[in-house]
Amino acid sequence: MTRESFHKYIKDLEKDVMDMGGMVTTAISRSIESLKSLDADAANRIISDDALINKKRWDIEEKCINLIATQQPVASDLREIIAVLSIVTELERMGDYAEGIGKIVLMHGREPLVKPLIDIPQMAEKTVAMLKKSLDAFLKRDEQAARTICSEDDEVDLLYEQVYRELLTCMIENPATITRATYLIWAAHNLERIADRVTNICERIVFLVTGTITEVNVSRY
Amino acid sequence: MEHSPKIEAVNLNLYYGDFLALEKVNIKVPGQNITAIIGPSGCGKSTLLRCFNRMNDLVERTRAEGKIIIDGSNILELDTDLISLRKKVGMVFQRPNVFDLSIYNNLKFGLRIHRMINGKDEIMQTIKVSLEHVGLWQDLKDKLKKNARTLTLEQQQRLCIARVIMLKPEIILLDEPCSVLDPISTLKIEDLLRVLKQEYTIVIVTHNMQQAARASDYTGFMYLGRLIEFGQTEQVFTKPKENLTENYISGRFG
Repeated sequence: MTRESFHKYIKDLEKDVMDMGGMVTTAISRSIESLKSLDADAANRIISDDALINKKRWDIEEKCINLIATQQPVASDLREIIAVLSIVTELERMGDYAEGIGKIVLMHGREPLVKPLIDIPQMAEKTVAMLKKSLDAFLKRDEQAARTICSEDDEVDLLYEQVYRELLTCMIENPATITRATYLIWAAHNLERIADRVTNICERIVFLVTGTITEVNVSRY
Repeated sequence: MEHSPKIEAVNLNLYYGDFLALEKVNIKVPGQNITAIIGPSGCGKSTLLRCFNRMNDLVERTRAEGKIIIDGSNILELDTDLISLRKKVGMVFQRPNVFDLSIYNNLKFGLRIHRMINGKDEIMQTIKVSLEHVGLWQDLKDKLKKNARTLTLEQQQRLCIARVIMLKPEIILLDEPCSVLDPISTLKIEDLLRVLKQEYTIVIVTHNMQQAARASDYTGFMYLGRLIEFGQTEQVFTKPKENLTENYISGRFG
């Protein structure tokens, strides 16, 4: 095959995206663990590690720019590089949301949680699963899988509604819980936003495969 | 650049009669890399290339000032052994110039001229290695008696490169080697150069900017006989330091 080195650069780029995805899924999972146990040390690590996610994004962007400038990619190669530029932006924002949950842990302090966390960890699990599946769909150029993942966002939205209702009830019944309940709503909101960002990645996968940019999923929020 | 350059031009001026074709050119060509020289027609890129093996000496009234240092020796010195130099610094031209001889004799020619090898077996072995190097052995091993001019243009150009390699050079100069080839053949030659750079220092002159961007590690931009900018190819094509370079590579002039 001609241009083996160029095709290797593309494969390396895909690996970089998978590595960055791994960093983000770890950050999301750890952020919820730190919230469950109100572990400030763990939260601080998540916050400081976000700089590594940001750096990874810039590194990948630089590689994309170099590839466009030097290799004149066209057709699906060009769409892939453009898709990667968009995907790493989404991943970087997801990293910020995970970092945000870490900051929520610090703001919450050592006061007990207003209620045991059940739905929020479920939201995190679903969100992480969606993200992993979306990156897999990217590697496999699986348009159908990408569309299916988008529909799973509705489940995350329903869980968010549930969390919101419960915490609202909590605040009404006991105004002393307002601050702590608000923190949990913010954390849940961050997870809901992460799931939305995953659907953006899925739309880019559809674009990569078909060449058409379409809105596959319209979020409730 | 971490290591010493393979070729270094220092304040190089070159005159064709009274015409100053190269003006104060300072360049350090790194070893075992591909360096591309780009620029508009008439900017001096082929002239610079031909300085590296003193092919400009063949043009009447040519005069060079400054230095060109290859492996510590200034090749512009009068006592430079030109035959040795042109063996060490081989050249491939725009149009493949295979001789009107068999493939075997095309390759053996240089060995004979330079009295490098005598034994038939050793010649055959050297030919085999060179053709393997350029990816032609499988296609041509049973056709060595065929006239070289019946090959495709891409094969002929590969053969020219093999002919240079036969003489065990250290540097290979290529003057627009793909300009008569179709796009796929061009890509194949570029792939070949990428392999060859592991052993040789390669300098390629091209008016095809996209080729320079794709195929080289370092790029020098020339304009009106001067070297305007020289750097790593990625840097030159993403963040050129000179406005003139930016204007040229983005097609605003030239």
